[in-house]
Amino acid sequence: MHVEVDVPRCVASGQCVLLAPDVFDQRDEDGLVVLLNENPPAELHDAVRESATVCPAAAIRLEEA
Amino acid sequence: MSVAPTGRVIVVGASAAGLAAAETLRGEGYTGTITLIGDEPTAPYDRPPLSKEILSGWSPDRLPLRAPADLDVLDLDARYGCEATGVNISESTVLLADGTEVPYDGLIVATGVRPRVLPGTPAHVLRTLDDALALKDRLGLGRTLAVVGAGFLGAEAASVAADLGTRVTLLEPAPVPLAHAVGEDVGRVLAQVHLDHGVDLRTGTGVSEVVPGGVRLDDGSVVEADTVLVAVGSRPNTEWLTSSGLTLDDGLVCDEFCAAAPGVYGAGDVARWHNPLFGTSMRIEHRTNATEQGVAAARNLLGAQRPFAPVPYFWSDQYDLKIRAYGHLRGHDEMRIAEGSLEERKFTAVYRTADRLTGVLSVGMSPKGVLAWRRSIALRARWQDAVPASSAGMAR
Repeated sequence: MHVEVDVPRCVASGQCVLLAPDVFDQRDEDGLVVLLNENPPAELHDAVRESATVCPAAAIRLEEA
Repeated sequence: MSVAPTGRVIVVGASAAGLAAAETLRGEGYTGTITLIGDEPTAPYDRPPLSKEILSGWSPDRLPLRAPADLDVLDLDARYGCEATGVNISESTVLLADGTEVPYDGLIVATGVRPRVLPGTPAHVLRTLDDALALKDRLGLGRTLAVVGAGFLGAEAASVAADLGTRVTLLEPAPVPLAHAVGEDVGRVLAQVHLDHGVDLRTGTGVSEVVPGGVRLDDGSVVEADTVLVAVGSRPNTEWLTSSGLTLDDGLVCDEFCAAAPGVYGAGDVARWHNPLFGTSMRIEHRTNATEQGVAAARNLLGAQRPFAPVPYFWSDQYDLKIRAYGHLRGHDEMRIAEGSLEERKFTAVYRTADRLTGVLSVGMSPKGVLAWRRSIALRARWQDAVPASSAGMAR
């Protein structure tokens, strides 16, 4: 799985950070998404998929192998 | 009752909640048919930018919630521009406007809301992309706009219109805008921001009808404007369910699992469900709730039997202010400023209902700091444990 984030779309809701804190973080100053791991391990895939689904800005895109 | 992985699921409503439900069904291994029915002619697109970015210049091609390739993977029987007109619960079929009847094993209702309107001359509303594009054409220097309703939608549209040079009159029947949602003190701060940006905010001002060239107020006088935007709230789209036997009460009434009947679930703006985290029924028109509830409804349709107990979240951009709130603020008993100050327009306000911390709203603060408060709300923290005694108390 390869993860991409579209930072200009991000609305800093933090939903991804709540679901997958090992993959996503937020910048302190404005809360915009920071991608910690663009190739997360298999055990995190479900959480990353849910993050992409619930992201209110559709700012997370996944490429699944 | 849950749907077998090879069943037939109909999702009525092709916006954020319906898309999340469809995506979750596939993600959970459901391989049967998914019929996604939407009355708009387009694939699912995002609505929050309609009152902000689209008005100020985003191209509509940034709105789709998924790229075509990502939708293809879901293998949907997508029927856009198609209206569902009824459901027959005993036969498990959905009726379409063209007269066809589609059978289902599981049904997810995600038909959303539509704007309330005012009597008189037709005016602009803001719910669909077409609505936003029509309004966008009416904004700018030399133009005048009357916005009826200073809720979040009206406030956002007023702020963009003013930033674009439009002369804006913002009319609000309540003495303090948004007081019912965020409390009077925070509402007063947000009101002052409009005034600071040259918007003619008139509170305690009811509008009786839209007239050619403006609006008529309750006192009979007329406020003139080239363009009128009516933003006075929404109505759930449940008329098509009237004769279904499903319970309707300001929305489709659902239990804590988002179930309205065996095999029938509700999600998004249209659904009124029992949120066990707050012990109350709620219907939430927040963007994040649409997706979260779509996910929850789909999982429970497949048999997860997990209560949907979210901490609601919304954000609003008004002028240079970033407003974020978690929890259930409505009907709170007390608000306190936990960090920052109202005067500086940088603050974190926390809300008490009975003996619990039930909400937090921040303006201009670090979103990560607000997440810590969210955690306390999710853990049902008692007010006296969560909120420092030194906070500036303000009874509502």
